[in-house]
Amino acid sequence: MSNSLLLTAALLLTVILLAIPLGRYMHRVYDGQRFWATRALGGVERGIYWLIGTSPAKEMDWKRYALSLLLFNLIGGIFLYLLLLAQGILPLNPLHFPGVPAGSAFNTAVSFLTNTNWQDYSGGSTMSYLSQMLGLTVQNFLSAATGITILLPVIRAFARHETRDLGNFWVDMTRTVLYVLLPLSVLFALILMEQGTVQTLVGEIQVHLIAPFLSQGKTIAEQTLHVGPVASQEAIMMLGNNGGGFFNMNDAHPFENPTGLTNFLETGAMILIPIALIFLFGHMVKAKRTAWGILVAMLIIFIPLTLVSQHYELAGNSLFHSLGVTQANTAGLAGGGNMEGVEDRIGSGASALFATVATATSTGAANTAYDSLIPISGGINLFLMQLGEVVFGGVGSGLASFIAFMIFAVFLGGLMVGRTPEFLGKKIESFEIKMASLSILVMPLLVLIGTAIAVSTTAGRTGVFNPGPHGFSEMLYAVTSPANNNGSAFGGLSSDTRFYNLLTGFCMLFGRYWVYLPLLAMVGSLAEKKKIPVGSGTLATDTPIFVGLTIGVIFLVGALNFFPALALGPIAEQLAPPPAIIHQVTH
Amino acid sequence: MKKTHDMGKQQWQQQAAGALRDSLVMLSPRHQLRNPVMFIVYLGAILLLLLFFHDLTVHPAEAVFTGAIDFWLWITILFANFAEAVAERQGQAQASSLRESRQELTAKRLPRADRDASYESVAATSLRKGEFVLVEAGDAIPCDGEAVAGVASVDESAITGESAPVIREAGGDRSAVTGGTHILSDWLVIRVTQEAGNTFLDRMIGMVESAARRKTPNEIALSVLLVILTLVFLVVTITLYPFSWYSVHYASHSGSVISLPVLIALLVCLIPTTIGALLPAIGIAGIMRLLRANVVAMSGRSIEAAGDVDVLLLDKTGTITFGNRQAAAFHPAPGVSEQELATAARLSSLTDDTPEGKSIVQLAQQRFPSEQQHPSDQAQWLPFSAETRMSGVDDGEQQLRKGAPDSIRQWVEKQGGSWPSAVDDTVQKVAQSGATPLVIASKEQVLGVVELKDIVKTGIKERFAELREMGIRTVMVTGDNPLTAAAIAAEAGVDDYLAEAKPETKLGRIRQYQEEGYMVAMTGDGTNDSPALAQADVGLCMASGTQAAREAANMVDLDSNPTKLLEIVRIGKQLLMTRGALTTFSVANDIAKYFAIIPAAFVSTYPQLSALNIMQLSSPSSAILAAVIFNAIVIPFLIPLALRGIKFRAESAQQALRRNVLIYGVGGIIAPFIGIKLINLLLVAL
Repeated sequence: MSNSLLLTAALLLTVILLAIPLGRYMHRVYDGQRFWATRALGGVERGIYWLIGTSPAKEMDWKRYALSLLLFNLIGGIFLYLLLLAQGILPLNPLHFPGVPAGSAFNTAVSFLTNTNWQDYSGGSTMSYLSQMLGLTVQNFLSAATGITILLPVIRAFARHETRDLGNFWVDMTRTVLYVLLPLSVLFALILMEQGTVQTLVGEIQVHLIAPFLSQGKTIAEQTLHVGPVASQEAIMMLGNNGGGFFNMNDAHPFENPTGLTNFLETGAMILIPIALIFLFGHMVKAKRTAWGILVAMLIIFIPLTLVSQHYELAGNSLFHSLGVTQANTAGLAGGGNMEGVEDRIGSGASALFATVATATSTGAANTAYDSLIPISGGINLFLMQLGEVVFGGVGSGLASFIAFMIFAVFLGGLMVGRTPEFLGKKIESFEIKMASLSILVMPLLVLIGTAIAVSTTAGRTGVFNPGPHGFSEMLYAVTSPANNNGSAFGGLSSDTRFYNLLTGFCMLFGRYWVYLPLLAMVGSLAEKKKIPVGSGTLATDTPIFVGLTIGVIFLVGALNFFPALALGPIAEQLAPPPAIIHQVTH
Repeated sequence: MKKTHDMGKQQWQQQAAGALRDSLVMLSPRHQLRNPVMFIVYLGAILLLLLFFHDLTVHPAEAVFTGAIDFWLWITILFANFAEAVAERQGQAQASSLRESRQELTAKRLPRADRDASYESVAATSLRKGEFVLVEAGDAIPCDGEAVAGVASVDESAITGESAPVIREAGGDRSAVTGGTHILSDWLVIRVTQEAGNTFLDRMIGMVESAARRKTPNEIALSVLLVILTLVFLVVTITLYPFSWYSVHYASHSGSVISLPVLIALLVCLIPTTIGALLPAIGIAGIMRLLRANVVAMSGRSIEAAGDVDVLLLDKTGTITFGNRQAAAFHPAPGVSEQELATAARLSSLTDDTPEGKSIVQLAQQRFPSEQQHPSDQAQWLPFSAETRMSGVDDGEQQLRKGAPDSIRQWVEKQGGSWPSAVDDTVQKVAQSGATPLVIASKEQVLGVVELKDIVKTGIKERFAELREMGIRTVMVTGDNPLTAAAIAAEAGVDDYLAEAKPETKLGRIRQYQEEGYMVAMTGDGTNDSPALAQADVGLCMASGTQAAREAANMVDLDSNPTKLLEIVRIGKQLLMTRGALTTFSVANDIAKYFAIIPAAFVSTYPQLSALNIMQLSSPSSAILAAVIFNAIVIPFLIPLALRGIKFRAESAQQALRRNVLIYGVGGIIAPFIGIKLINLLLVAL
């Protein structure tokens, strides 16, 4: 456990230290300043503006901004859908995969469009390289950039006053991809390649086995390995919180995640941009202390949850204890603990850390089998998503949702200090409360109603593999993950059915756009307001007590709604006395 | 009106009995629909009532539990109704005492603004704007209006509660009269400015009576939040049924599916019933507190605005200082003793009836009580004239003069005397300190300087410090020159001052603050204050103010006490704080309720969930009942708090937030754990 503590501390510290300069860099980019980066790539940037006929001076109000965002996403989605359908007749298909079936193509298009990367297919054996590179990887960039473009007007609404201008969507999109995502991905991909992650356009390679063996009278001396342009997709899928792996095994696969260092870096990459965006917020609004307050609030929620998860994973399966099986840290057990579904190069502690980071952010990548986690750890995965992806959250979208929760906290706190609530100088009135509520409300409704439909219908229940409360957890997870644009899967549930393709597709779409459209409407109204000067009578949003209030609101208004459902799933499973389970298994 | 809030015990009992009756009347669906949170409870209670009768015939064993839950749901609704009814009753008591002063009045209508013209008696309600009315000693003034002729003493106690009569006269700033007040002596001709139904009194009554109906912006925002929370919890409980059904039939294969009474009990416990029930009462109580401070707000909105105020514009005279300059010190000229100066100053002021003159006599007697010299009978008094700008006395050989330095200098030099430079220094020094120098001379000899000072009210500096703590800036407005203004501002401890203020500069300053994003409050009474009063976010007009000023303001202070603004800010803040604190408390209560109901509801399906029963409640049904009972009785427990408002202290936002989060947030998490456990113990004992 002490190793786990050290790893967690080292990870968070490293990422925060890297995020501070990245946040400052991003501020200079979005501010349109001239510095080394814009001098180097400014030509390309201006070329793109010339091509699409826009310029940073042409700002948009919230409606045009939202409309541009939707239009851009719609076109991207249709393009991806058609590409997947037609991949069989298109080039760069060395393994000759046929076109993706329509249901799966719809689900996948929505999934990559919404930054969810829920995969109802097996990556390495379904998608052609063209689909992977031009379809999925491109959307990995664009969906992550879309998340940031959701956040930028939110930040500007607090930074500016008495204006309708919230920035130019096309400019924000261009700058995000050109200056932030592309360079970071290239850099990260190079590091990954150096560590052994594969990057090639060859489909398969034949290798000689180190130890040939006999099978059905034949000596097997060669093996076919599936390779491809992995490093490039891996880099953006972690940085952009996409999480859709090249291989079905995702980050447990040695070609995606070859070493201890890559595991560390990939875990960190998931929270790098989300944390840098918090600092960006601090720079743009000139509220650095509030930005630190946000980060601290997130850490206060995240650290105990990840440590509990790691603790239970390292403690191992209590059933094995009662059967006298050792799960101690021995040479053969790679750190010990619950080793079911764990890649033993990584071990159960680091896997639990990875799992919590992947569900706290909207990445949803996995380097272990989430279905095999100790019930409480699986429950923590669920819980982190059910917080509304606000602890770090998706790139951009997470902080945007966090701000919606802060609006609630500011409202209660503002009343409690005897003033009309105001947040960073902007008055919070009934329209803001309405829109923030709509934004926060959508996700619990999707998850609860979606799960209710799944458990009530034969189509929903037939996909379930496990008996007992675990089966319920699987269904809850299958709805929670897409509704929060996370994309991680609990497994154990066959989700490539018409029912789940439609249900999850619907959840992904609504979980993305219905959450952020009200938020954009809200900031449209906030931007038009005057900025009220701060005095000792105004509620400060950078104090420990306000951080505490915000955490309280996130738990009370957000997470507590899932308490009954969690009680019937992971909590009941965790609390079950061992004999009951043994009985159930033999039964 | 002042008396109504010193409610006797008997009166309270009467009101409570009335409120109890009202709570039953309020059970009508139409009334319940107005409060969405309580409406959900109402629907649940009706549904359970039907189920109860069904259970009675089909499974009588379950009817007891269903009946018990349903009983407490109805009690919850009645408690909520009661909270609103108590507040409304208090408001109505206030309104009816006002209405007594508005019996059917008759008016003496004049054809023109001429006292001697013959009048006709008409009903006050038939008066139209612009018509003229005669009122004479003993008459009640039939309407709001403006005196256009005459002078009269008027008893305005019906409105202000102040029994001393006030003078109302045509022209100037004392021309406004209020319907419902009485003429004690003399007469007035009044021009009608407000028609019946729209007078000051009408609006005051309307304000009290409609307090429950009109929602303020903050109240609307809060209601939205409560409705959204209710909606979420509705979905949480409805979806719990399929979850439970699946768990029973497909997962655990044991126990029974969650029942309707348990689902409804969970729903009612989770939705914010506490704040939902108390919200109307809190709003009415805020307006009542303001009325008790003898301030009439023209809208509920202005009370909330008072809580938001960042800048107070306060008139120097009357608010910060007593308004009259008073003698503070004697500064004798070289070669003259202080006693000589004091004696001369006293002699020259003995017949001076101005407050300044009186204060000089007083100071002299205070300094030298033995000095009893009186001028002879032949003494000739020279009153102050604008021409000489001096006053004084000629008594035989003695010629004393007192006046402004330059006029005395002229006089002394004319007598052949000389003007000592030391006196110049003293004059300069006194003027620089913000006081007014008066020079005393005896013939050609300058005796010295009397320092007249504006006396700052005691305790005002501490109040301004409190305001500063709360983040509110105070700005003193005065017609004085910048030098005087700065000195008084420093002494009173205001943050800023506006010297040589004219109505336009006042208006300009308010606009400037508003441009910068501040909310501004000010007091005023004169007609020339009207634009500024209208511009300010909170404009408080004195009851003695002109009609125009009253129209422009959004609050009227019946006591005409300019320091009342500080009280109003306090009431506004307290109103918002009470709402916020009780909402936080209500939401924080949910944690304990989950821990009471969830294990109880699912323990038959998953026995291991009894580990969540951290309160160790005895049986599932008693646990659920205890949660519902707690949810109901917390309402009457909090009614006094809702009516009184939560404790208010002058402190910074940070301190207030810390205190309220600890009391109502953390307290709101812990209290129900204790309360539910205690009720459960009681239930088991019974």
